[in-house]
Amino acid sequence: MVQFNLPKNSRMVTGKTWPKPEGAKNVRTFKIYRYDGVENSAPRIDTYFVDMDTCGPMVLDALIKIKNEIDPTLTFRRSCREGICGSCAMTINGTNTLACIYGLDEMKGDVKIYPLPHMPVVKDLIPDLTHFYAQHASIMPWLETKTNTPEKEWRQSIEDRRKLDGLYECVMCASCSTSCPSYWWNGDRYLGPAALLHAYRWIIDSRDEATGERLDELEDPFKLYRCHTIMNCTNTCPKGLNPAKAIGEIKKMMVERTL
Amino acid sequence: MSYRTDRQRVAGLGSAKDGVHHFWTQRITAVALLPLVLLFVFPFARSLGSDYQTVVATYSNPFNAIVAILFILVAFRHLQLGLQVIIEDYVSSKPARTAALIANVLLSWAFALAGVFAVAKIAFTA
Repeated sequence: MVQFNLPKNSRMVTGKTWPKPEGAKNVRTFKIYRYDGVENSAPRIDTYFVDMDTCGPMVLDALIKIKNEIDPTLTFRRSCREGICGSCAMTINGTNTLACIYGLDEMKGDVKIYPLPHMPVVKDLIPDLTHFYAQHASIMPWLETKTNTPEKEWRQSIEDRRKLDGLYECVMCASCSTSCPSYWWNGDRYLGPAALLHAYRWIIDSRDEATGERLDELEDPFKLYRCHTIMNCTNTCPKGLNPAKAIGEIKKMMVERTL
Repeated sequence: MSYRTDRQRVAGLGSAKDGVHHFWTQRITAVALLPLVLLFVFPFARSLGSDYQTVVATYSNPFNAIVAILFILVAFRHLQLGLQVIIEDYVSSKPARTAALIANVLLSWAFALAGVFAVAKIAFTA
């Protein structure tokens, strides 16, 4: 059954409160999820105080400042710091988003930072996304063709290329899939919004010649039809994409080919 | 401990190549229920609490009887499809899920046919 309570070793306890920066006037409180990855240890919430007068504007800036100046053991993924690599996805004040493009001025009061929900935690803010990536790989995220490869490029009209807008921008940060209740309950079999958005990106690519096979693979009560249009995915996507619509389009095509 | 690869775990038993029929039937029954609910509910509300003769007269009318039977059949089919989704969503233990899915099919048909029989019995009384 669905679990309404976290297992005992996942229940959070109050952690350490780190000292306030000396002489700072504009201090903000950060409550951050900490987990050491040691068996039978409970995760804890540490409290940090950051001097906002010497901190950059984004949540990631504050995290880096904490790691540099207060607690070097705080662990998180980050790379591009401009919303294109998808590494720093985490739950900030209840929303899954990218820390690097989420402004500290977009919210009031304390900042609460947790790892992406319902994923195994490796350490602190780092979730284990192995299964998520394998699901992405399973939808064949590449151009499948049967016609002999042309001498130059596979050609595509401007209109057909336009159909990929709103899809190709996905950076696989996993914010959407980990916000989806269907993915929480049945993530072992349900592919989730991110993988399905990518599946649709190749299904409607005018150059792809495996459309039918792609749909065949997806026609499954769990892989596709666990989506109940809850729309958390679209709500949370830090890139402003609409995975729910992409999934709806796949469902429409499934019907279309039977009529 | 298991040495299965991540891709093997994702592949599982492969695609069931099933689901579009369920999806489409659920939409069709939903659309059918829009007029059926309206046509069913007014004669039904009128006969609720009225005397025996009135009820028999209402459902001896072939239109009312057929609407009632259609409503019962379509509503229970829709209910069965919806419950199936809920069971698949929330019951994760394999034996419990299978048992619930079987019970869902059997009970939906049993209740639907009981309803049809009841309407038919009243309809053919007069």
